Amino acid sequence: MFRTIALTAATALLLGSPVLAETAHQEIEDVAFAHEGPFGKFDQFQLQRGLQVYTEVCSGCHGLKFVPIRSLADAGGPGLPEDQVRAYAKQFSVTDKETGEDREGLPTDNFPANTGAGAPDLSLMAKARAGFHGPYGTGISQLFNGMGGPEYIVSILTGYTGEEKTEFGATFYENHAFAGGWIKMSPPLSDGAVEYQDGHDNSLHHLAEDVASFLMWAAEPNMMARKQAGFISVIFLALLSTLLYLTNKRLWAGIKGKKHA
Amino acid sequence: MAGIPHDHYEPKTGAERWLHSRLPIIGLLYDTLMIPTPKNLNWMWIWGIVLTFCLALQIVTGIVLAMHYTPHIDKAFASVEHIMRDVNGGHMLRYLHANGASLFFFAVYLHIFRGLFYGSYKAPREVTWVIGMIIFLLMMATAFMGYVLPWGQMSFWGATVITGLFGAIPGIGETIQTWLLGGPAVDNATLNRFFSLHYLLPFVIAALVAVHIWAFHTTGNNNPTGVEVRRASKEEAERDTIPFWPYYVIKDVFALAVILTVFFAIVGFMPNYLGHPDNYIEANPLATPAHIVPEWYFLPFYAILRAFTGDVWIVQIANFLSFGIIDAKFFGVLAMFGAIAVLVLTPWLDTSSVRSGRYRPMFKWWFALLCIDFVVLMWAGSMSPDALMGWMPAISLIATAYWFAYFLIILPLLGVIEKPLPQPATIEEDFNAHYGPNSHPAE
Repeated sequence: MFRTIALTAATALLLGSPVLAETAHQEIEDVAFAHEGPFGKFDQFQLQRGLQVYTEVCSGCHGLKFVPIRSLADAGGPGLPEDQVRAYAKQFSVTDKETGEDREGLPTDNFPANTGAGAPDLSLMAKARAGFHGPYGTGISQLFNGMGGPEYIVSILTGYTGEEKTEFGATFYENHAFAGGWIKMSPPLSDGAVEYQDGHDNSLHHLAEDVASFLMWAAEPNMMARKQAGFISVIFLALLSTLLYLTNKRLWAGIKGKKHA
Repeated sequence: MAGIPHDHYEPKTGAERWLHSRLPIIGLLYDTLMIPTPKNLNWMWIWGIVLTFCLALQIVTGIVLAMHYTPHIDKAFASVEHIMRDVNGGHMLRYLHANGASLFFFAVYLHIFRGLFYGSYKAPREVTWVIGMIIFLLMMATAFMGYVLPWGQMSFWGATVITGLFGAIPGIGETIQTWLLGGPAVDNATLNRFFSLHYLLPFVIAALVAVHIWAFHTTGNNNPTGVEVRRASKEEAERDTIPFWPYYVIKDVFALAVILTVFFAIVGFMPNYLGHPDNYIEANPLATPAHIVPEWYFLPFYAILRAFTGDVWIVQIANFLSFGIIDAKFFGVLAMFGAIAVLVLTPWLDTSSVRSGRYRPMFKWWFALLCIDFVVLMWAGSMSPDALMGWMPAISLIATAYWFAYFLIILPLLGVIEKPLPQPATIEEDFNAHYGPNSHPAE
């Protein structure tokens, strides 16, 4: 059975599927994102810049089909004003589910899916890839560095060597962050590829970090609410634990009496 | 065995007497809550409450999740994203449910190993133990089917691999597999029946938990000495025990609060740590993930399943003797289920007359090795077979061999060759050795 699966995986590898067996030699750099750690918060302006990179570059081939456009206005996300969200939605043409007619996009629609180029949907990409592994299957690296999804995205976007090859009529680009070392996606970003509205540094690495941060938000839009819930729960449970410890100690004092030396 | 003598509920008011003569439900609750419990229980006796809490947590969060989930292959993945993005508090509910399964198994493994060390499985508690093992098996089935529901890549391929195990049974295997899946492969019919059963089984577990508690309330709790509570009279019993309420309720709830503090930190700050990134990719029957790995709590048994390859001599012998009916795959399946079967049979495999590992000088070391073995198996299950320069299969095989040797050879032999240490005569004696004679200020 497992041989069969390994064989199937090897076949998939040969067919150029994105699922590849070699994961050991990927070079993933650790990026200090603003949203990392229990205290980390999304940088609202970085998310807005990342949205711009996604819109101008990524959306050419990739979709974001699980993300509702209205969530761009949500707190803990890019936090765009309502009118900007409405204006943003208008650029898409949507087939209305009820009337069956084409119309301009509304904030209540999701970002469109995009499968034309055979590129994967990016809604969950930041959670669907692990940048960090092991060591030796222990998960210690992920414990300290996180799963490394956004780091993986940054590393892919900046990991091109410039080499390319053609196999079975398809062009592959050498990329040290990608499993197997050769990726079908041509280098999507370069220095200055996007001109930021706020004049922020638009070198390749900044563009990559911004869009990776945006994709992390797209994959986990409620991260801020979750961390807040985590803090409140931990604080109250720690308090409850303390009170129960004292209650328990007092309750048992009569039974246990004085402890021997 | 007669129960431990203790006070029973006496209805005092007219209304209580009226109800009690028609339905003695208050009496039942009173006797359950006030059950005399050995007063020397240590912190390893808290896991029962933690497990009860886990079952309740999973049922409550699960029922709400089911209100928003769609069991259809085209909609399941999207409906989970709907829960994560649109449902009020949905992301917390789902992370609580997913990580709740991990807490459930963490607690159940400690609960089982507690029982293995203190001999809680021995007479007269065999029925409690066997029911516990049935609960454990149902938990594994429920968790496995629950993992399929989000319809991610690991859901799909995990289901394919695990149901494929039944296909390894000679002759009737394929028929059974088709019957389980509702078709030739994992598909919509599979998802639907898994959803139905994932909803049903927790309630079967809840019923069995009641029977589990009933059974050990009949025999009385085991305790760290393994010495039974004296039952000749109520006065004697009271020197060995204290009522469950309030002493153990408060102690257990305190422990639960500490554990939940850690649990909520995981849910709040690293909810995907124990999950697999591939399950955020929608199921695709045409793309096999590079490594199909089960959740961490299945890894020890997964390692046992994989340990027996065609080049292992015992597999070759079995193959030869069975005229080729038992191949490596079927042998692995037998080994995996056998690993649980030996656990179920432990009460009859352990020949020692001493219950608690505390008074068994040789047993202690073999037990410690079993704990290490379990961790090694878990680790081996997560590794790719070609890792560590090809040494992984050998490590898995040695660890698997020890698992079986412990139950089938070491436990039966130890009872014969081991010279146990002296045990305390009573629980009271053990308790007073730790907590002094002032334990009864009223006397």
